[in-house]
Amino acid sequence: MRHLLSASDLDRDQAVMLLDTAAELASVTDRAVKKLPTLRGRTVANLFFEDSTRTRLSFEAAAKRLSADVITFTAKGSSVSKGESLKDTALTLEAMGAQAIVLRHHASGAAQRLAESGWIEASVVNAGDGTHEHPTQALLDAFTMRQHLRGGEGDLSGLRVVIVGDILHSRVARSNVWLLRTLGAQVTLVAPPTLVPFGVESWPCAVSYDLDDVLPEADAVMMLRVQAERMTAAYFPSAHEYSRRYGLDAARASALSEHAVVLHPGPMNRGMEITADVADSPRSLVVDQVANGVSVRMAVLYHVLADPGSALGEGI
Amino acid sequence: MPVARVLDAADLTRVVGRISHEILEKSHGPNDLILLGVPRRGVPLAQRIAERMHSIEGVNVPVGSLDVTMYRDDIGLRGARPLGTTDVPLGGIDDRIVVLVDDVLFSGRTIRAALDALNDIGRPRAVRLAVLIDRGHRELPIRADHVGKNIPTSRTEDVRVHLVETDGVDEVLLGPVEEDGA
Amino acid sequence: MTLMEVLIRDVRPFGGRDVVDIAISDGRIRDIGTGLTPVEGTHMIDAGRRICLPGLVDLHTHLREPGREDTETIETGCQAAALGGYTAVHAMANTQPVADTAGVVEQVWRRGREIGLCEVVPVGAVTVGLGGERLAELGAMAESAARVRVFSDDGICVSDPLLMRRALEYVKGFDGVVAQHAQEPRLTIGAQMNEGALSGELGLPGWPAVAEEAIIARDVLLAEHVGSRLHVCHLSTRGSVEIIRWAKDRGIDVTAEVTPHHLMLTEDLARSYDPLFKVNPPLRTMEDVEAVRAGLADGTIDIVATDHAPHAHEDKDCEWSAGAFGMLGLQTAVGVVAEAMVATGSMTWEQVADRMSIAPARIARLKDQGRPLAPGEPAHLTIIDPDAPWTVCTELLASRSRNSPYVERTLPASVWATFFHGQPTVLEGSLA
Repeated sequence: MRHLLSASDLDRDQAVMLLDTAAELASVTDRAVKKLPTLRGRTVANLFFEDSTRTRLSFEAAAKRLSADVITFTAKGSSVSKGESLKDTALTLEAMGAQAIVLRHHASGAAQRLAESGWIEASVVNAGDGTHEHPTQALLDAFTMRQHLRGGEGDLSGLRVVIVGDILHSRVARSNVWLLRTLGAQVTLVAPPTLVPFGVESWPCAVSYDLDDVLPEADAVMMLRVQAERMTAAYFPSAHEYSRRYGLDAARASALSEHAVVLHPGPMNRGMEITADVADSPRSLVVDQVANGVSVRMAVLYHVLADPGSALGEGI
Repeated sequence: MPVARVLDAADLTRVVGRISHEILEKSHGPNDLILLGVPRRGVPLAQRIAERMHSIEGVNVPVGSLDVTMYRDDIGLRGARPLGTTDVPLGGIDDRIVVLVDDVLFSGRTIRAALDALNDIGRPRAVRLAVLIDRGHRELPIRADHVGKNIPTSRTEDVRVHLVETDGVDEVLLGPVEEDGA
Repeated sequence: MTLMEVLIRDVRPFGGRDVVDIAISDGRIRDIGTGLTPVEGTHMIDAGRRICLPGLVDLHTHLREPGREDTETIETGCQAAALGGYTAVHAMANTQPVADTAGVVEQVWRRGREIGLCEVVPVGAVTVGLGGERLAELGAMAESAARVRVFSDDGICVSDPLLMRRALEYVKGFDGVVAQHAQEPRLTIGAQMNEGALSGELGLPGWPAVAEEAIIARDVLLAEHVGSRLHVCHLSTRGSVEIIRWAKDRGIDVTAEVTPHHLMLTEDLARSYDPLFKVNPPLRTMEDVEAVRAGLADGTIDIVATDHAPHAHEDKDCEWSAGAFGMLGLQTAVGVVAEAMVATGSMTWEQVADRMSIAPARIARLKDQGRPLAPGEPAHLTIIDPDAPWTVCTELLASRSRNSPYVERTLPASVWATFFHGQPTVLEGSLA
């Protein structure tokens, strides 16, 4: 697995292997020396064209726990600014010794382009490309659900997951749909019709416009961030109407079955898609998600750099 | 080249017994001993040694496992491997006598990685090595304190240890190297 | 060196069975027949029973000069055109400065004449600066030395219905035609590729078929209402073909073009996220490809036009959304049409001549192009080898740019020779 570009690239065995690896690596935090020497002397570069302190720090922590050196490039690039060219920046980082590049970019497909264009030898880990995919987020979401609802082992067969929010613009939703299906879960997407992608009927999941209808059967509810700015492009008439119809508040949370959990990739728009009391309730696994993010990203970095096709390998 | 069985189930039992006695002898008893098996097959072996020690001395010697995958020196050569479990018994390893247990000692790189892993976990008073089979061809200055059987081999040969817990049968086989070298 | 007398031996006009010789004298066809005797000083060319069509006419080319000579000049564009079998190209107006005045169109026209490889016919912008607000001086451009007859804001849609109506009415004054780039801007904000299940999966904003069809539907009704003729650029969807068919059945004076790439390539190429395959209108589905092929075969779509769009390397060697829209097309047009239409049995070479030479010349009102192969006619000829597979590679491209989507593909037919005013511009597949 020389690159990790999309959750849809992982088959069941690969996905479970990554989750199992992450589970083992999670215990490193309990040791006296909270590091493993696996990537000592190797360099991982974080190339973040979009602002995201949370994901960037998570990848940094993961790389450092594997004893890798980390170099970070952040660009406040708007999609209009052509000054920071993806190709040039990647070439610079590779010239500085990066063997793996963790890329977050505003253009869908940027990670795949970087991996396949022949510009660089380094491995590419997609940390979020436009509205396309965010595979490590899906992995840590799956890991968290597995931990709480499947005893931390195996896959997610039979798990009923509901994903609510701006599906149209969400790379987290896409990656989760593919990965959850691969792991055997049943996914239902909930959103107003304007926020559901064209052609979603061909996706391996159900779609509902009615949140109250699907909550009682759900084992896990994943709330996605909805930007109030979407109002101006006429996706929904007002923030108030959106949260009334699609927000998770205490009343809706009480309609969930007792074991059901709530997830959110963050950052949360408290009051819009989720109320503060639900976000802070015992059902909410948001803090676990963040912790699990580091172990999952450690597992990904290990697998990517251990691949014989990687910049470290003999090449196959 | 045919496959030969160099140890059968009964031989294995005797060898485990002898190793258990040797370990106890060297450390003058079971106190402060910790057995850590290297996954995969080192783990059930360590378990059997602990059980034998219990029947000899009537004492429970702590048993655990130490996965060394993340400490190996060959990242990028053979692809990512699934991780084994690391389970250090309560009380840790500080000031204890750690006996690493593995099925086959070959290049010595696995044990070197195990020593590095131990270093990150604590500071034992001593580290010893018990292996079922020593097949020679050391690439590092590593030696075992307790050896079940020495089997000199050539590089075109392979030693395969099968245990009931992992493979359904107890035996040690010597045969030609298989395509997918483990 | 100007050749006054040329004798081309052994060609098959329009791909028919008859093998004849064509004698050219002083830029015109002097005689056609078998066993013609050359006069003294005749340059002899043995065409080896290849196919002869009237010189191809492209109604839609981007020559990028003035303004983006780094990507193409009129000269390199004409070289690519000649190699593609073209004896006339229409240079679209979205240059820098925009071709919205007599001055700019005359400049382009004169440059074309200087180079002398093919006729360069400037297209005039419909609106000043392509801004979509005020009509450009269409009359001045029509009366200029360039004698502009085709007007287009191509690249941008004339979306204001009132402005489109006025343009359609105004050009009647000089037998001009408005060539519309049909793209409703409000439905295609930020669009990157065809809207469909694939765009949803790839996370790329979609360019829905209805954005093209809605404008065409409006424009054919406007053309009917004001009694003007309309030309629709680069048709790409099944729905658009149906609307044109309906309009023609109603007697509306509308013509339509399709690009070679829309005859062959589909949206699946976007899976690579390689902007080499990014174009406007976007590559569509197989159903759309089949519909435009059928439309071209039955004449609902009148012509093939390349929409040859050179782009700089850095505008394609990047991530998809940063890439420019457009593909090269002049040199590969014949090969692609041969594969998509002739090899599949949908069209004969005679029909190809109609779609790529006769009909475009008629729409553009070019009196010397798309003429019959007969004595007295101007000797603008294309000689095609229908059975000469060639693999497209960048070294063979005369264009200054390299953004051809066919690189490493093998096309079944190639242009063997091109004659402009009786002079060979291309011989044996290379510039003469």
